[in-house]
Amino acid sequence: MGPSLKIAFIFLCSFIVGTASAQRNEMAVVKGGTYIPLYGVDSTAVTVKSFKMDVYPVTNSDYLRFVEEHPQWQRSKIIRLFSDGNYLVNWEGDTSFGDVLQPNAPITNISWFAAKNYCECLGKRLPTVDEWEYAAMADQTMADARTKESYNQQILDWYEAPKTFKNKIGSTFKNYWGIYDLHGLVWEWTIDFNSVLISGESRKDVDKDSNLFCGSAAVGASDLMNYAAFMRYALRGSLKASYSMRNLGFRCVEPLNKMNENSSR
Amino acid sequence: MSKTTKTTVLRSALLAGMASLLFSCAEKKKKEYASTAEIPATREMIAELTSPPYVPTPVGKRKAKKLIVDMEILEQEGEMTNGVRYIYWTFGGTVPGSFIRTRVGDEVEFHLKNHPDNKLPHNIDLHAVTGPGGGAESSFVAPGREKVFSFKTLNPGLYVYHCATAPVGMHIANGMYGLILVEPEGGLPPVDKEYYIMQGDFYTKGANGERGLQPFDMQKAVDERADYVVFNGKMGALTGDNALTANVGETIRLFVGNGGPNLVSSFHVIGEIFDKVYVEGGDMVNKNVQTTLIPAGGAAIVEFKVDVPGTFILVDHSIFRAFNKGALGMLKVEGEENKSIYSGELEEGIYLPEGPGIQTMPSTDEVKESDIPAKSMAEKMEFGKATYMQTCFACHQGEGQGIAEAFPPLAKSDYLNADVERAIDIVLYGLTGEITVNGKKYNSVMTSQSLSDEEVANVMTYIYNSWGNSKKDVTPAMVKSRRN
Repeated sequence: MGPSLKIAFIFLCSFIVGTASAQRNEMAVVKGGTYIPLYGVDSTAVTVKSFKMDVYPVTNSDYLRFVEEHPQWQRSKIIRLFSDGNYLVNWEGDTSFGDVLQPNAPITNISWFAAKNYCECLGKRLPTVDEWEYAAMADQTMADARTKESYNQQILDWYEAPKTFKNKIGSTFKNYWGIYDLHGLVWEWTIDFNSVLISGESRKDVDKDSNLFCGSAAVGASDLMNYAAFMRYALRGSLKASYSMRNLGFRCVEPLNKMNENSSR
Repeated sequence: MSKTTKTTVLRSALLAGMASLLFSCAEKKKKEYASTAEIPATREMIAELTSPPYVPTPVGKRKAKKLIVDMEILEQEGEMTNGVRYIYWTFGGTVPGSFIRTRVGDEVEFHLKNHPDNKLPHNIDLHAVTGPGGGAESSFVAPGREKVFSFKTLNPGLYVYHCATAPVGMHIANGMYGLILVEPEGGLPPVDKEYYIMQGDFYTKGANGERGLQPFDMQKAVDERADYVVFNGKMGALTGDNALTANVGETIRLFVGNGGPNLVSSFHVIGEIFDKVYVEGGDMVNKNVQTTLIPAGGAAIVEFKVDVPGTFILVDHSIFRAFNKGALGMLKVEGEENKSIYSGELEEGIYLPEGPGIQTMPSTDEVKESDIPAKSMAEKMEFGKATYMQTCFACHQGEGQGIAEAFPPLAKSDYLNADVERAIDIVLYGLTGEITVNGKKYNSVMTSQSLSDEEVANVMTYIYNSWGNSKKDVTPAMVKSRRN
């Protein structure tokens, strides 16, 4: 993106930041640290910088306001390259989600392009896989609850519960960082969702030269039992940026110190 | 199957038939192909898919075609056994998945559809495919999407298909498997009845029979400690009203698969000998077989003629699985008796292979109380029936009729109705020795049962309120008072 375009883009989006509701801005601080993901591009420990994350996933009413302000993201107007046929398919019309969906339920049937731009228009961005996984390993009381059997079970119970995308935001639990619904409502887009490749042929992914398991020495057997995480990585691996899914929503993050992040780029 | 699919199938069958009539002279010289890969697949046809235990119409002599298979993946709640619910992941809404029937040389165009309400991505690995991942590589499909790929059936045989998405074992353990048959040139020899049976092992957080929605237990799956080993996805899928049926004199062909994920099956039909077994679903035919081994992720075709009437029990002959974990099915054969082959009238006495001394159940100090007590008479009956089907059914049978000369009837039983406390004691402590029930003498062993007071009360209430018995209501307090 050229500098002039970038300025124009920022200008286009900037006015809503001021008009956004409190809920849209409600964010919680996640203190950075180092953790070992189930697997990642860099095999071993990953350092995550401190960041702010939306307390709730983006809702139907949040998104309605967005498409009112940005008609190019309305169902009938979206550029085809940016969405498959399922984009907002459960909505009643371009500027109405109808009576069946609840205003406070998470928005779903959103492509990665749309989610990404939504965040950008609020001066935010989508979380990275590492940021998302880092924030989501916290339960109510611990920053890293992955070793707790009860916590894993809680996540798995959700995977077995049908149609949770219809539930309201905030209906699950508030985690250690003060963030709701990372588990229990919908899957969530991440900015680099496809950087860890689970190919269509999952059993081939154990090849030494593939990115997926190059950290197998570092990933202990206990982590291989974390099949809830396996399922998330598998889901992300099955997506393309233009897909819209009934069980997939998103939320945004913001670096804790914007100036630092910008200058480091 | 939808109406349109049916008509398309019929139409293409008709067309094929007409074509073969027209060109019958030319066809007399049978064309030989150097390899099955060269067999041309010309016309298009929608594959007939069936739910277990049924199989599609035989391929017979039809020509190789482009066969379109339309399969939908559904994650849905089902019942493992009475009161035990489980989230199954399915190909076509059933466990095992829909049966696919092809012939060698077919070009199968596979449409795999992942329902939008599903939570997870899936794919399919068909062992009948020659190609990377058996198709898994090109069929990885997110919820709300459809993937299409095609393959040529090069080798005749009976093959397993299953999901191969990470974590692979879990997708299989949740029921994502089925069978695809590739018939040889000219088809399989005709038989009277064909059925589809597939074994699978299931792993639940709760023990066998524990009620409520049971989550999958990864640790038990890794340890290969199955809570349920069943035919066609659940206990009772092939028993009672769901039993397979046949008539005396008919030849039966069973397409038997084993989805696993862990356990191999020693497939056996009690009271029958397999005339023919297509070993491991391949070309080798073994004859006069009692039990055939079916590997996890493998299959076998067994054929036999039923000569006498009766109920024939299908089991995994790793026998505790059959009577304690569910691997039990039934084939009900009706028709004229043939006393020269079998006569039950000459039986005398009972064979107790382990002797009465060994058959006591391990006693525990504590019997776990049920988590979900029955709140009404209807629930008592429901829960009692569940316990009955798990614990009592094998000996006393579905209608409480017992087994002649061996196990006394519970239906209209004078012995049972005469003394409720004695009946409770028998369930709690077992019974050995001769008794007289409805004028007939029985001398066998009933072991003591490790059931909670609540469970005993429920099952006895169920028995007393079924099959013309005295309609007593047995309470947990009554059971408790009989314990020492």
